[in-house]
Amino acid sequence: MLLNEFLFLGAFLFAAGVYGVLARRNAVLVLMSVELILNAVNINLVAFGAFRNSAVGQVFALFVIAIAAAEVGVGLAIVLLIYRNRRSIDLSEVDAMRG
Amino acid sequence: MVAQHIAFGITAFVMAVGAVRVVTTKNVVHAALWLMVVLAGVAAIFILLAAEFVAVVQVLVYIGAIVVLFLFGIMLTRAPIGRDSDLDNSQRLASLLVGLLVFGLLASVLSKQYGRVHIHQTTIGRTSDVAQSIFTQYVIPFEAVSVVLLAALVGAIVIARRD
Repeated sequence: MLLNEFLFLGAFLFAAGVYGVLARRNAVLVLMSVELILNAVNINLVAFGAFRNSAVGQVFALFVIAIAAAEVGVGLAIVLLIYRNRRSIDLSEVDAMRG
Repeated sequence: MVAQHIAFGITAFVMAVGAVRVVTTKNVVHAALWLMVVLAGVAAIFILLAAEFVAVVQVLVYIGAIVVLFLFGIMLTRAPIGRDSDLDNSQRLASLLVGLLVFGLLASVLSKQYGRVHIHQTTIGRTSDVAQSIFTQYVIPFEAVSVVLLAALVGAIVIARRD
């Protein structure tokens, strides 16, 4: 297999995630797009690990998965708090810190 | 080798369609379900790369826990179930441009740098290597990640608790 096949797939997932983070206004959908980005990174890590015949890529992918789980937990708790305070999770309305 | 290429092609196509649907669908629940398709595809890619332990963890953690968490988040925030045309903000075109630019930049750099580089996997079944690596060289980051997870869980409970 070519290394580039995996890297291109990762790049596509990353670009889709970037589009989702920028274009979505529902906070839960933005968190889903962040998950797409993290998975793109994981594909790259494991592909490079296979390329170098080393297990370190897989170790880092496992770390990223653990951090992603923590991120989703805290992120959804924050979204829930925003919903409780404002009755909406529209991110374009959450602009109290806009300069 | 040919079977690997066919499997990769099918998986990559499904994942690409799923990723596009996650960021464009008008239905929040469908977005979560398409995300599940993409995550399963990532697990399949890990298996193709002979990283079966990471693939199993991907299925357990992502599909088993995180997607369910997303569905709970959708449910608790009472997002409109069903079609909703108001999920995107006004900067869609600019975002599309940024996404295409990111992909173009990454693709051009990658094809220049790793044009015809092949993956030659010489060893198989390296889960023991992963364990060896985690518990010797990376044992301190591993413990730190454990503490981070604990802190995140406690923090999530404290943030979301009703007083």
